[in-house]
Amino acid sequence: MRVPVSWIREHADLPESATSEELAARLTALGLKLEALERPAEAITGPLVVGRVLTMEPEPQKNGKTINWCTVDVGDANGTGEPQGIVCGAHNFAPGDLVVVILPGGVLPGNFAISARKTYGHVSAGMICSGAELGLSAESDGIVVLPADAGEPGDDAIGVLGLDDDVIEMEINPDRAYALSVRGVARDAALAYDAPFRDPCERDVPPADDAGWPVRIEDPAGCPVFVARLVSGLDATATTPEFIARRLTQAGMRPISLAVDVTNYVMLETGRPIHGYDADKLTGTVGVRRAGAGERLTTLDGTRRILSPEDLVVVDDSGLIGLGGVMGGEDTEMSATTTRVLVESAHWDPVSMFRTGRRHKITSEAGKRNERGVDPTICEAAADRVVELLVTYGGATAEPGVTVVGTPPAREPITMAADLPARVSGIDIPADRAVQVLRDQGFAVDAEGADVVAVPPQWRPDVTDPFDLVEEVVRVVGYDAVPSVLPTPGAGRGLTRAQRLRRRVGRTLAGAGAVEVVSFPFVGDASLDALGLDADDERRRTIRLANPLSAQEPAYTTTLLPGLLRAAARNLGRGATGVTLFETGSVVRGGSSPTPILGVESRPSELELKELLAGVPDQPLHLGLVLAGERERAGWWGEGASPQGWAGWADALALVRRLGDELGVPLSTRAAVRAPWHPGRCAEVLAGEGESAVVLGHAGELHPRVCDAHDLPRRSAAVELDLDALLALAPDRVAGPELSSFPMAKEDVALLVDVSVTAAEVEAALREGAGELLESVRLFDVYTGAQVPEGKKSLAFALRFRAPDRTLTEAETGAARDAAVAAAAERCGAVQR
Amino acid sequence: MSGPNSQFDPVEVAVLQPEAVDAAREAALAAIEAAGDPEELKAVRTAHAGDRSPLALANREIGALPPQARKEAGQRVGKARGAVEQALGRRAAVLEAEHEERMLATETVDVTLPTDRQPAGARHPLTTGAELIADIFVAMGWEVAEGPVIEAEWLNFDALNLGPDHPARTMQDTFWTEPASDHLVLRTQTSPVQARTMLSRTPPIYVVSPGRVFRTDEYDATHSPVFHQVEGLAIDRGISMAHLKGTLDHFATAMFGEGITTRFRPSYFPFTEPSAEVDLVCFVCRGSGTDPERGGSVVCRTCKGEGWIEWGGCGVVNPRVLRACGVDDTEFTGFAFGMGIDRSLMFRHGISDMRDLFEGDVRFATTFGSEL
Ligand SMILES: [Zn+2]
Repeated sequence: MRVPVSWIREHADLPESATSEELAARLTALGLKLEALERPAEAITGPLVVGRVLTMEPEPQKNGKTINWCTVDVGDANGTGEPQGIVCGAHNFAPGDLVVVILPGGVLPGNFAISARKTYGHVSAGMICSGAELGLSAESDGIVVLPADAGEPGDDAIGVLGLDDDVIEMEINPDRAYALSVRGVARDAALAYDAPFRDPCERDVPPADDAGWPVRIEDPAGCPVFVARLVSGLDATATTPEFIARRLTQAGMRPISLAVDVTNYVMLETGRPIHGYDADKLTGTVGVRRAGAGERLTTLDGTRRILSPEDLVVVDDSGLIGLGGVMGGEDTEMSATTTRVLVESAHWDPVSMFRTGRRHKITSEAGKRNERGVDPTICEAAADRVVELLVTYGGATAEPGVTVVGTPPAREPITMAADLPARVSGIDIPADRAVQVLRDQGFAVDAEGADVVAVPPQWRPDVTDPFDLVEEVVRVVGYDAVPSVLPTPGAGRGLTRAQRLRRRVGRTLAGAGAVEVVSFPFVGDASLDALGLDADDERRRTIRLANPLSAQEPAYTTTLLPGLLRAAARNLGRGATGVTLFETGSVVRGGSSPTPILGVESRPSELELKELLAGVPDQPLHLGLVLAGERERAGWWGEGASPQGWAGWADALALVRRLGDELGVPLSTRAAVRAPWHPGRCAEVLAGEGESAVVLGHAGELHPRVCDAHDLPRRSAAVELDLDALLALAPDRVAGPELSSFPMAKEDVALLVDVSVTAAEVEAALREGAGELLESVRLFDVYTGAQVPEGKKSLAFALRFRAPDRTLTEAETGAARDAAVAAAAERCGAVQR
Repeated sequence: MSGPNSQFDPVEVAVLQPEAVDAAREAALAAIEAAGDPEELKAVRTAHAGDRSPLALANREIGALPPQARKEAGQRVGKARGAVEQALGRRAAVLEAEHEERMLATETVDVTLPTDRQPAGARHPLTTGAELIADIFVAMGWEVAEGPVIEAEWLNFDALNLGPDHPARTMQDTFWTEPASDHLVLRTQTSPVQARTMLSRTPPIYVVSPGRVFRTDEYDATHSPVFHQVEGLAIDRGISMAHLKGTLDHFATAMFGEGITTRFRPSYFPFTEPSAEVDLVCFVCRGSGTDPERGGSVVCRTCKGEGWIEWGGCGVVNPRVLRACGVDDTEFTGFAFGMGIDRSLMFRHGISDMRDLFEGDVRFATTFGSEL
C-alpha cells in the first residue's frame, strides 16, 4: 500500500513537526511495515518552475527529427523576466500550455545537471521536463502539460507537481486489511500521535428508498449488502482533476478516465472497492447470484472465463455483467462516451472472493481488499462519495433514488480476561489501560468484573479471539516494552542418540577426507535414466510435484546419487583433481498415499492421527558418497595409496567399513548387481548375519556408462546407504572386553583357492575352524600369477592366537592353525601352499 | 712386582713419590681432554686407567710401603685415580652428546614439505550451523525435534490455524505433490514438527526443530526454493512474550556475539497471536547505520542504514493451534519463533551468494572445516 503523506494528514491532525521518517517508523511499530519511503523532491535541485509556452517553431533537422524552438514565460524565475529560449524535442503541447521548466543550474533525478548549451543552432537555456525526467513516471509520454489552473509562470513547480509530498509504501499483512485504505492508515497514524482523526466515511448520506435502480440479491450470504446509486449527464470529456490523478499515480495506479479514476480514488480513500457500470448498457434489474456451472463471462480484462457454481456473479436481465467483487464484465464497462453511471458499492463474502480470485487467477486491487475483508458499514458512504466526485468534477447529476439491499452483519462481542494482555505480553498493562487502548481503536468495550467484553469495529473483521485483542493492546503499548526474561525449562534430555550418531557420521567422513554437500532433492526421468535404472526399479517411484520448478526435475528423489554425481562433476570441471563428497538427506520410498484433512477444533482422535501419520510417505535418511579422480594425492612421498592412484571401489568400501567401526556396527559385504554400479564391482552392504542380515545399501565402482553420462572419470565410485537403518543398529551400550596379557602366537597361512571363492568365505571358514583360541584373522595378500595355477588365486592370512589364562604351546597353536586350514579346505576347496 | 720389604725406605719407591703420582694424574687428565671421539677416549682409558696404567701400577706398590706410610700414599693414589675416572665419565658424556648431535644433524628434514596426501574433508556449514544452534538451545535445557519434509497438508497448514481459505496460504508458495487427493506438501516451514511434538508429548515442551523447507521461490543470490529453517516452541505455564524476547536475545548473542540484541515489530503469522517480526542489531555497524570502516555518513551496506536486520518471525502460540494439537489452552501458553539458517549463516559469515550453499563446490565447505 502506497500512501502520500499529504493524504494521511488530510484525515489525521498530525503535528507539523512530524517527519515522514518518524511517521513511517511509528506506523511500522503499529504493524504497518515500512517498505520504502519515497522522497521525490530530494532528487531535484531547482530552479524548477512553472512556465507558459509563448511560441514554438518546429524546425526539421538533417537527422530526420523535428525539434521545437520555444520561448517560454518563466516569470521572474530567470532573474530577467524575459522569455526563456528552450529547444524541446517533444510535440505534445501547444503555445499557451503550462509546462514544467528546469532552468540552468538545476539538477534532475539521476544527478542530471542542467546548463545553457548550444544545440540545433540555438542556445537552449534549460529544459521542458517530461514525467520520466522528473521521476514521476517510469516511461515518458512527452512533456508534462499542467492543468490550466495549476499555477502562474515562475511558480515553484515542486509543490505544483506534488514532488514535496513524500510517499510511504507499506507492507500490509493479511490481518490489517483496513490499512489498504487511507482511512485505515490515517486512523493508525492518529493513534500513533494521539491526534484527532477525521473519518472520510463519516458523512451524511441520503436515506435508502425504493426509487433507486432495482436490485435483487439471491445470495445474501455471498453479498450481504448491495448499494446502488445512479448519476447521469456525466461530461464524457471531463478530465480527472489534478489532485486525483496525482494521488492515484502516487498510490501506484494509472489514471484512466474520470469515472474510473473516481471509483479507484474512493477505493483508496475508504478501502471499499466500487464498481461503475455504464448504465445505458444495463437492462432491467441488477441481481447477485451464484453462477451456473459452465456459464461464461468476458471480464473487462478481455478474458473469457468459464465460471464455477461457487462464483458470485452480478447479472441483469440480459445475463451476466460481472464477477461480483472481483472484476466487472466487458459488456457493461464504462467507456469514453459513458454519461450515465450506475455506482455499485457492495459487501462480499471474503471466502468467496478468495476462492474466485484463486480459481480464475485474478489479482486485482478490488479482489485483494474484498478477500481480506472490508468494513461492511461503509457501502453507502463510499457510493455517496463517488457520486459527489462525479457531480463535482464531471458535471454529472445525482439521480434520486438510493438502493440499499441488506444490512451489515453485526459483530460478536469478545470476552477477554482483563489481565490477559499483561499475562501474554509480560508487560505490566493495567486493565483500565487495556480498555482505553481498545476504545482508542474503535472497539466498544465494557468491563465486567475480571473480564473485558469488546465488540470490534467493523473494519476489523480479523479480530475474533481474546488473543487478537491482546495484539491490538500490545501494539499500541509498544512491542519495545516487552521485557527480556529467560524461561526456565527443567532438565533436558540432550540430543537423542540418533542425533549424536549423525554428527559422528559426518565427523568420521570429514575426518577421512570427504566433503559434505547439500543438493536439491529433485529428480526427473533423465536423471534416473542416467543412473541406468530399470523401468521397474523401485527408485523410479518418486513423488511427483504438482508445480515443480523445473519440468526436467519434477519429482522428489528416491536416491541421493544424482545430486552427488552432478556435484562431483562440477568440482572436477572447476579444476579439482579429485573429490570425495558425501550428503545425508531424506529420500522417499514406497510412493505416497492419501492423508485426511482433520478438524481443528480439538485434538484429533488416536485413530485419525494414526491414519494421518500413516499417509505421510516413508522418508528414510540416506547417506550418499561419491569418489571421483584422485583420492590420495601423489607427492614427494610417492603415489597415493589407492590401487590405481585414483579413487575406486576399494576406497568406497573402506569408508563404509570405517563408518561401521565408528558406530560399532560390524558390516559385511557381498557381491551384488545393481544400477548404477559396475556389475562386477558392486557390494551389498550388510549388517547382522545369516537369516537376520539386513541390507543397508550398496557401494562400489560406478558403471562405466554412468561415469560417462555424468562426465566423471571411469572407475569413479559411489555409496548409498539407509542411514536410519544403520544408526538403529548401533549398540546402545557395549560390554567392556576382558584383555588377556598372555603372549600372542602368530601363524601365517597361504591358501590356494578358485578365483571365484571370496575372501570373506575363506576368512569365515578359517575363523570357524580355528576355534576360540583365535584372536584375529586378517588377509594380508592376494596373489595371482606365475606361481599360481590358472583359475586359482593365493590368499595369505595372518592368524593370531591367544588364550585368556595361559601361554599357548606350539602344539596348541599348530593344532588350531591346522583346524582352520582344514575348515577352509573343506568349505572352500583351499589348499595350503 | 716386588714383595713386602721390611727394610723399605719410602723415599726409594719412586712411583709413589707425590711428584710422580701428580704427574701421572696430570698426564691422564690431559690425554682425556685431548680425546676427540669415543674411540680415542677408549684408548686413553686403557693407557691411563687400565691395569697397566701408571696409577694402577703405583697402586700395587702401596703394599710395599711400611704400614705408617701406606695410608698417605693410598689416599694420594686413590684421589688421583678417582679424578681420572670422573674426567673419563665427563668426557664420555660430552663426546656422546657431540656424536648424537652430528648424527641427528644428518637426519634433518624440510618440515615445510607438504603433507597433504589425504585432502582435507569438511562438513557443510548448513549442518554444522544447525548443530551450533541446536547446542545453544540444548545448553538451555531444550530438546531437538525432527519430522518429515514431505508432510501432511493438515499438519503443515490446518493444524497451524491456516484453514483452506486462509489468505496466508497464498503467501507461501507451496510445492504440492500429485495426486492432489493425497493432501501432501513439501513443508513450507518446520512448524509441522511443532504440531507433531504437541500431538505426541505433554507440556512443558521446549523444542527446536532445524530442518529443510521448501517454497516455490526463484533461485538467485538471496532466494532458494530449498532452504533451511530453525523453529522453536516453548509451551509451559505462564509463558509470555517476555520469555520469547529473553530466549531470542540469548540466541542472538550466542550466535552473533555480545551486544547483538533483538527488536520486535508487530506482524502477522496465523500460528501466533500476537505475532512479531524479530530484527537483530546489525552486527556490522552495531546499530549505528553507518559503515564502521568508512565511517561518518557512509551508509552501512549490511543493514542499508537501518541499524537492524530482519531475522525471523515469532509470537505467542495461537490458542487455536494449542487446541487443535490437544494442549489445554486454559492451563498453558506458549511461544514460537522461526528463522532461516541459511540467512543467519550468510549474516554470520558474510556469505554474499546463497547459491554457494547448494553448488557442492568443495572450496566452499572446506573453508569452514568441520565445526562452526
Ligand atoms: Zn549496519
